[in-house]
Amino acid sequence: MTEMPKHSVALDAKVPEGPLAEKWTNHKNSIRLVNPANKRLIDVIVVGTGLAGSSAAASLAEMGYNVKAFCFQDSPRRAHSIAAQGGINAAKNYQNDGDSVYRLFYDTIKGGDYRSREANVYRLAEVSANIIDQCVAQGVPFAREYGGLLDNRSFGGVQVSRTFYAKGQTGQQLLLGAYSALSRQISKGKVTMYNRHELMDVVVVDGKARGIIARNLVTGEVERHGAHAVVLCSGGYGNVFFLSTNAMGSNVSAAWKAHKKGAYMANPSYTQIHPTCIPVSGHYQSKLTLMSESLRNDGRIWVPKEQSDVEALRNGSLRPTDIPEERRDYYLERRYPAFGNLVPRDVASRAAKERCDAGFGVNEAGEAVYLDYASAIERYGRTEANVQGIPAPSMEKIRELGEAVVRAKYGNLFQMYEQITADNPYKTPMRIYPAVHYTMGGLWVDYNLQTTIPGLYACGEANFSDHGANRLGASALMQGLADGYFVLPYTIGDYLADDIRTGEISTDTPEFAEAEQAVRDRIEKLLGNDGKTPVDDFHRRLGRIMWNECGMSRNAEGLKKAIADIQALRAEFEQHVCVPGRADRFNPELDKAGRVCDLMELGELMCKDALERNESCGGHFREEFQTPEGEALRDDEGHAHVSAWAFTGVPAEATHHKEALTFENVELKTRSYK
Amino acid sequence: MDFTLKIWRQEGPQEEGRMETYPVTGITGDMSFLEMMDVLNDQLIRDGQDPVAFDHDCREGICGMCSMFINGEAHGPNRKTTTCQLHMRSFKDGETIYIEPWRASAFPVVKDLAVDRSAFDRIIQAGGYVSVNSSGNPLDANAIPVPKEDADAAFNAATCIGCGACVATCKNASAMLFVSAKVSQLALLPQGQPERMSRVQRMVDQMDKEGFGNCTNTGACEVECPKGISLDNIARMNRDYLKSQVTGE
Repeated sequence: MTEMPKHSVALDAKVPEGPLAEKWTNHKNSIRLVNPANKRLIDVIVVGTGLAGSSAAASLAEMGYNVKAFCFQDSPRRAHSIAAQGGINAAKNYQNDGDSVYRLFYDTIKGGDYRSREANVYRLAEVSANIIDQCVAQGVPFAREYGGLLDNRSFGGVQVSRTFYAKGQTGQQLLLGAYSALSRQISKGKVTMYNRHELMDVVVVDGKARGIIARNLVTGEVERHGAHAVVLCSGGYGNVFFLSTNAMGSNVSAAWKAHKKGAYMANPSYTQIHPTCIPVSGHYQSKLTLMSESLRNDGRIWVPKEQSDVEALRNGSLRPTDIPEERRDYYLERRYPAFGNLVPRDVASRAAKERCDAGFGVNEAGEAVYLDYASAIERYGRTEANVQGIPAPSMEKIRELGEAVVRAKYGNLFQMYEQITADNPYKTPMRIYPAVHYTMGGLWVDYNLQTTIPGLYACGEANFSDHGANRLGASALMQGLADGYFVLPYTIGDYLADDIRTGEISTDTPEFAEAEQAVRDRIEKLLGNDGKTPVDDFHRRLGRIMWNECGMSRNAEGLKKAIADIQALRAEFEQHVCVPGRADRFNPELDKAGRVCDLMELGELMCKDALERNESCGGHFREEFQTPEGEALRDDEGHAHVSAWAFTGVPAEATHHKEALTFENVELKTRSYK
Repeated sequence: MDFTLKIWRQEGPQEEGRMETYPVTGITGDMSFLEMMDVLNDQLIRDGQDPVAFDHDCREGICGMCSMFINGEAHGPNRKTTTCQLHMRSFKDGETIYIEPWRASAFPVVKDLAVDRSAFDRIIQAGGYVSVNSSGNPLDANAIPVPKEDADAAFNAATCIGCGACVATCKNASAMLFVSAKVSQLALLPQGQPERMSRVQRMVDQMDKEGFGNCTNTGACEVECPKGISLDNIARMNRDYLKSQVTGE
């Protein structure tokens, strides 16, 4: 650690003055610009090439800046945005169903359980429509209606159809659009692309971010890269739980290195646990697969009412289809009659956990519930029989017709389920369980997306800004592209306007030398360690601690224990980890070791953050703070703030700063889905 | 389940490679192929040996990073399945499984089973885009209607994950399925029309420059493609390429 701020930086969110709807326009009109000739004199580093990173790099290069972009994958096209399934929200109101910028803003604030910053969320809703225009111009093949216009679908937690989609591969199509824009700038020489490179540290000179230390993952070379500003678009940190829907390589290292250099981490404990994922099948399971939220439109979720049926299911003497209606507990419909199976993600996940903890989980591990399509198949089958004019159809015929309808709507998801589990979901209910999916927390940023280190910016899932304590479906893609195409390219100019006469940033300085040496020392220490335990072993144990104590529900005692356990795990890692291979070769185990180190430290801070937040809100559920019916109990008096943490050497001893959240345009209400 | 694995080991692009034999035990049918490789690597590390390097990331069949040639087939025996979505129940207990990297001179080996596919990036950089500004596009998204059939056909071509299975499986190591998928996506949409002819020329030229072979219509690529990209795309690309040569556009 070179730069350690001695005193705390004041948390000024720099929200522009004026009415909510005019803030962004006024701000854009008043911030400084860099003229085109001067942009050519300025270098910007972008780390990560997902939706936020690719779009930011392409846009900055288009404007004239010299961009260096980095990704750890073998191609920028592989960033994990590619795996997003459902869609992207935008307030286009193409369906004429009363959608508006305000309504998208309101839904997002409410969905986030009133823990996000009004001005940022409003801006997100405001630019959302431009994203769709931009992507269509690039040739992104969104789904269309027969008339040739764009189609929309609806998603959880809202009452309008504002989600644009490309079958179940919306993330892929949007990312490939951004990747093509990036590729165009690479071909022009305006972006220099560094594939298979990992950020090892952020370099701070005179209090400003002035470059990074990167490692070429093929040759092992440690490189210095200078720039006038650094933009982190390095994604989320769900892999702190080991098992998640994140890609294997998704990591927190870029954000964490920035944190250790002085950037605050905001609300790190806000984690989204997605209710419909394929359950864990064994010890060596490496990741969890999401089944799209859209399945809850037609599927019914249940567990048996009686313990004897649970036993029989587990030992295989009974099949789920043998259990009659009256012995089934459709617990979401029972607890939340108004929303039923379509309650928001956090609520659905907790309800599944509650049933499984009570002993009603339907697989061997006791951690699965049924998502049943039998009644949807029957319902669709009867309608279809009517449409086709089949008099008195047999049950067999009804099921056959119904399966065809379900196949047309959800065929690819059902096929994926069968590929993974070898069960036929048309004939037997799917087994599902919640899994870690997205992290709302991240680097604290102001309205300009600048972190607490001047010149260091964070976009997309890497920042904390727009989703509060719970993200709505189809909003992650919107935020990544809003930040990268429409927000950062403008706001960064205000900072860079001071740098037009700075000249090239030299990497031949003590700050770069010191940072590089620290990286080399760390690599040498890891490879030279005389341990016997593989990295994955530590990662798995970290995941278990986090899932048990800082997962779907949390309590003070468990969180305190988790902090101690993680500290012990970190010490054990230093002593016993075994990292094979060499520093000057392609060595994925070495890359993984560095990432797991950072995830362990982050996990400790997440527990600290969850311990400090004495309320339940969104994805953060503290058992001590619930209503008699077991619903989340928010504390707007004491906790309507962002928790931002400054690193002090030990993650759990981070200094706590608060950004008060003021709501001038919405009224704080208790979310109810009953 | 227990298996005997015959795996291609190669220290780096310049070094000679060889097949090595490893037993692996305690595998269950529910494990994915890559989880089976995780078990092997766990054993190798604990035994003080060098783990097998392989590319992988999303493990849900969409990022295109995993790339193993298994028993002589790209991504193994199952159709429309990436290596990460292949499960061990597709193999017989006690079987010997041969695992090799993608083999093509345009895809040099990085280490063991990981190869360098940056040639694909350079082909896209040569023209796989629509030249519009990256931000501030003023035209409303619904200003240009696109017939649903065209939009669907463009989408089908655009589902290519760029894994390179088509190249690995082609006896000529041709990249035409990959290149034609991008050419087709943009050729089918109104947004792609202005640069349609120059795009196909630039992308095909870059493909040749990278050292990929030519297409002799065996159709193996379409069979092995985990996303079922159609050979029709190659026909469309050839037609456009020929037209661009004749018209000189």
